[in-house]
Amino acid sequence: MAGFVALVAGRALSKRLVAWIGVGSVAASMVVTLLVAAGYFAHRPPNGVYSQTLWTWIRIGDFAPVIGLHLDALSLVMIVVVTVVAFLIHLFSSTHMENEEGYGRFFAYMNLFVSSMLILVLADNLLLLYLGWEGVGLCSYLLIGFWYRIPANGHAAMKAFIITRVGDAAMAVGLFLIFWSLGTLDISQISQRAPQQWPAGCGLAVAAAALLLGGAVGKSAQLPLQTWLPDAMAGPSPVSALIHAATMVTAGVYLIARMNALFALAPVVQGVIVVIGAATMLLAAFSALAQHDIKRVLAYSTISQIGYMFMALGIGAWGAAILHFASHAFFKALLFLAAGVVIQRLGDEHDMFRMGGLRKQLPLVFWTFLAGALSLSAALPILTAGSYSKDTILTLLHAVPGGKTALAAGLLGVIVTSIYTFRMVFLTFFGPAKMQAERTNRLPESIPLVLLALVAAFGGVAGLAGQNANWPGLVQFVQGGSSVAPAAGEAAISHVALGAIAASWLGLAIAAALYLRRRPAPAGETESALHRLLAAGWGFDALYDRLFVRPWLWIARVNRSDIVDSFYEAIGQATVALHGMMSGSQTGRTRQYATGVALGTILFIALMVLLRFWHS
Amino acid sequence: MPVSRRGATAVRALALAAMAVELVLAVGAWIYYGRLGAVGAPGAWLVELNWPWIAPLGIRLHLAMDGLSLLMVLLTAFLGLSSVVVSWREITQRVGHFHLHLMLVLAGVVGVFLAVDLFAFYFFWELMLIPMYFLIDLWGHEDRHRAAVKFFLFTQFGGLAMLLGILALYFAHASQTGQYSFDLADLARTNLAPAAAMLMMLGFFLGFAVKLPAFGLHPWLPAAHTQAPTAGSVILAGLLLKTGAYGLLRFAVPLFPEAARQFAPVAMALGVAGILYGAVLAFAQSDLKRLVAYTSISHLGFVLLGVYSFNVLALQGAVMQMLCHGLSTGALFIIAGLLQDRLGTREMGRMGGLWAVAPKMGAAAMVFAMASLGLPGLGNFIGEFLVLLGAFKVNVALTAVATAGLVAATIYSLWLIQRVFFGPSAEPPAMEDLRPHESLVLLAMVAVLLWLGLFPQAVLETSRAAMEYVAGTQVTATAEIPQLSTPGARIKGATPKFMEWTPTLSESTGEILQLRMLGVRIEGATPKFMESIPTKSESTGEILQLGVPRARIEGATPKFMESTPTKSESTEEIPQLSALKAGIEGAPRESRELTPRSEEGSRFRLQLTSGTRLMSFDGCLPVPLSAPWRGRFDHVSRPEFPDVPVARTAGVRPVCGLARPEFPDVPVVCELARPEFPDVMALAVPKGGRR
Repeated sequence: MAGFVALVAGRALSKRLVAWIGVGSVAASMVVTLLVAAGYFAHRPPNGVYSQTLWTWIRIGDFAPVIGLHLDALSLVMIVVVTVVAFLIHLFSSTHMENEEGYGRFFAYMNLFVSSMLILVLADNLLLLYLGWEGVGLCSYLLIGFWYRIPANGHAAMKAFIITRVGDAAMAVGLFLIFWSLGTLDISQISQRAPQQWPAGCGLAVAAAALLLGGAVGKSAQLPLQTWLPDAMAGPSPVSALIHAATMVTAGVYLIARMNALFALAPVVQGVIVVIGAATMLLAAFSALAQHDIKRVLAYSTISQIGYMFMALGIGAWGAAILHFASHAFFKALLFLAAGVVIQRLGDEHDMFRMGGLRKQLPLVFWTFLAGALSLSAALPILTAGSYSKDTILTLLHAVPGGKTALAAGLLGVIVTSIYTFRMVFLTFFGPAKMQAERTNRLPESIPLVLLALVAAFGGVAGLAGQNANWPGLVQFVQGGSSVAPAAGEAAISHVALGAIAASWLGLAIAAALYLRRRPAPAGETESALHRLLAAGWGFDALYDRLFVRPWLWIARVNRSDIVDSFYEAIGQATVALHGMMSGSQTGRTRQYATGVALGTILFIALMVLLRFWHS
Repeated sequence: MPVSRRGATAVRALALAAMAVELVLAVGAWIYYGRLGAVGAPGAWLVELNWPWIAPLGIRLHLAMDGLSLLMVLLTAFLGLSSVVVSWREITQRVGHFHLHLMLVLAGVVGVFLAVDLFAFYFFWELMLIPMYFLIDLWGHEDRHRAAVKFFLFTQFGGLAMLLGILALYFAHASQTGQYSFDLADLARTNLAPAAAMLMMLGFFLGFAVKLPAFGLHPWLPAAHTQAPTAGSVILAGLLLKTGAYGLLRFAVPLFPEAARQFAPVAMALGVAGILYGAVLAFAQSDLKRLVAYTSISHLGFVLLGVYSFNVLALQGAVMQMLCHGLSTGALFIIAGLLQDRLGTREMGRMGGLWAVAPKMGAAAMVFAMASLGLPGLGNFIGEFLVLLGAFKVNVALTAVATAGLVAATIYSLWLIQRVFFGPSAEPPAMEDLRPHESLVLLAMVAVLLWLGLFPQAVLETSRAAMEYVAGTQVTATAEIPQLSTPGARIKGATPKFMEWTPTLSESTGEILQLRMLGVRIEGATPKFMESIPTKSESTGEILQLGVPRARIEGATPKFMESTPTKSESTEEIPQLSALKAGIEGAPRESRELTPRSEEGSRFRLQLTSGTRLMSFDGCLPVPLSAPWRGRFDHVSRPEFPDVPVARTAGVRPVCGLARPEFPDVPVVCELARPEFPDVMALAVPKGGRR
């Protein structure tokens, strides 16, 4: 059943008809997914789970992970969002990437990505999840470095892969720990056994949760492993939209949501997740304020929005985190695609300060971008997908004991989000036109933009309107009737939501005051130290450069010739030298030999005499 | 001897045909024996050939194959075939001579993988060495003489140490039995004093560790790999290194199980050091072949780590890693060789942007780079993951450090791709992409790696029996215990020890069966100590008879043995205590069963034996609390006796950790507080009296 999804999407390329195959396979997997979803609702399984084991991967004693798929409400939401967004982005790419060298390669990687992502989401055990996890990491690497001729792209790609691998290594240790403590890597068995075997807050549970969190933090670009994501913007815009906004970077969120039973046993780690989420959210949002490159603004915005999801995860409201993931997937993909169009029409110009006035030149892009921006900033109550999901999270933060500080951080984040969002809108689309944009509209690009814009703009109201007795809303659907998941309808109209809207408008007003009329100087001038710090993402890159990169390079440089080898070489040289000494004595002169014999004899006799004295 | 063009082709075709036949035979054997079910019982051979050779000295040409040998022979045939193909264009000088040496090395390798007579083994071991020396010295690159000499000296030195070990063992065996034999099965029965066993084990270890190469003994490798012709590098990396690992698995561990276990922490540390050191050095290289050579040190570190973890998971991982490393590194050497052939350089500084001109080669290199960084879906991941998973149980800290090697592997692999295939191309070199025969070889390797990554079970099944044997080498000696129900049961064979009885739970009734305690005596060398635990039959409430709580057997070195009495399902009583499981001190314990005492869930007995340490994480039970109480209890290592580390278990009084003053290295059975059985507690007297 669901196995088709992965297999169909996994098929890759032929040289011609690449677009048809590339887009078609994802379209097919989307259709299959939607059919599966329809089937799921029509015949909801008693325990909410469909599972299918394809084959046994490894079996050594008790260690027997299978290649098996697991479909429940959580993975269903994930695959629907992933395949729908992936399809729209593939469609968009079919013309957007038209003139690029390596068109076939692009779609092969993209298809591989979609299939890895589906494996990740549908895996029924942690080892298979790890396969998908690394698979998406590989695709991310390949696609960031898609334009491989430029060294900076290659380095950005390596950075992304290596930093996420740090998290992955922690996660691998987590898997070892879980296997040896619980005797299984099967996710539902872990969820079952962990609460039986581990009392809440016990050391093993905390260690296991913390190690998995390491993996999640790396993949989702949260503190302290967030530095790779801004650089990952070196890839083509559809890649940024699909991998580095909508799907892959939220894999960490998915992991924590999936393992919620484990994390519930480790309240300490949950607290850490809230702190990480809040800190990342604020730091990234402030960094976004100082960027010039439109894609980097969006990248920091992504980090920041995932911070919101982590805050929700930290209080155990993983249903709300998934809701925000879904709405974020749509509006952020939209923003990236729209930004991609802008960049391409301006002849590969990334700097917002050189743009302006595009409202008139690219009206379609403007309106769709605006829809995304409104959704991101959560400025319109209820209506947009972003405000619906974000307000849900904020309301939940308000509801948990001790969540006030987090709530305050969240509201501050809303203000800053709104400022950088509309800074971006005003700089790009308002004011005088500075560059001439190529005015072409291609249908495969416009359709995804419009569809995504509709979801982003009206997702919230649709989510509310769709609620009824049978369909209590996505949060409840995913998480079940949990105490931390109050009805989303209440959330959207609560006083917290009102506060959030006010915060958002405040941010909008600040942005308007700063950027709508006055046009600040373009890049490179009048930059304060604070501005530089923010622009550089709080200097984490420089810090890690000092702490890790330079020592590593230093060791590599110092020991290039292998000190162990030098040791053996020294033995060799000593031998040769000794040999030289010895053979030097072979002069062939009888006189010298006779001297040697005489000296030796004297020495020997002297020794004997001395020893005799010694003993007596 | 110059060979005409036609002659050269004939030579190549002949070599190709020979390797093809070998591959077909090996695959055929695999399918044939695979069909028979699990390949080989532990320690038993699938097929063997045993001819007299030099009878007066007890030397026989004894070849035997089990699952492990079979896999290694398969790898040999596959890589042998590949190396003939890749030499097709590269070797133009003295073609016949070259192939003679190539075939000789391969013959030696196959011999090493099959010989179970130690003299024959040593013969094949040296047979590999000399033609390899010539391959490097005659057909190598610019600095070939030096590299060849270095290779020769290191390996010869290691071989010498091993020869000493072999001879010492041979004479020790002869003096004990009066019978001269080099046969593995005979020599394995030799009783050795611990110090002697350790020395001999070190001799073997040195020989194999040089070949592996373990950290510290590796300097020959980068030089030899770099300077050898492509086929030589492929054989070196793919096969010769594997002979070292194979030797550890086949000889060093099974012949000296106790010494090997004592040595394990050192070997594991060496493995981890190799993983990291190799990775850092690989990153530092600018010579492509040198880089790949250092990655071998890193990857073989995983093998060393796995072999000395002594559990089936890690051992299976080590086998997997051996196979996959042979393929992925062999392939990287082939690519490096092709590049050198086309560009005339191995310097990565002079490459770059080659993807544009050779996308097929780039894609192939990408796959193998991903394999070497351990991407799931490819075989190497299975190997590394299993090794780390198995090693984690034995040593958490070392494993965590080794896992960092995955990050380091990512760095050097990506760096390789970046420098060779990505980036700007200075000037577009008119370089040819892969030729059909080259594509074929590399494609086959990709296919096999993918297959191993997604369907590793076929291979794991093949090597399972052999690895279970290695993991439980010591246990087999006591499998011969005839029956333990009568006092004075004798154990034939080797090295065992102290015994203790574990009552098992009757599945049907939940009551603990009675246990009879006997004075077991062990024939042969090292004796012993015996103790018994009285148990209570739940139904009657009375304590059953107690054998000799502190039997003492004349002699030294107390050891330990455990056996589980079984219950006959029909009669409800224990017919006899035939030894199901004899655990011997230091033997790997995959898991232990805990015996429940009651259904309340708060009390259970833990047996702390030497070699056992409970993991204690505040408040976490090492076993599940719920029924059916067949929890597993992991993590075994050797505690110091006076204070056995103890689990603090929720709701249960701490287990005592104690030793008996009179038998300082005898393991102790600890009993959780059971006030109703004071006698039981008395068995577990803490140092200095009662608790």
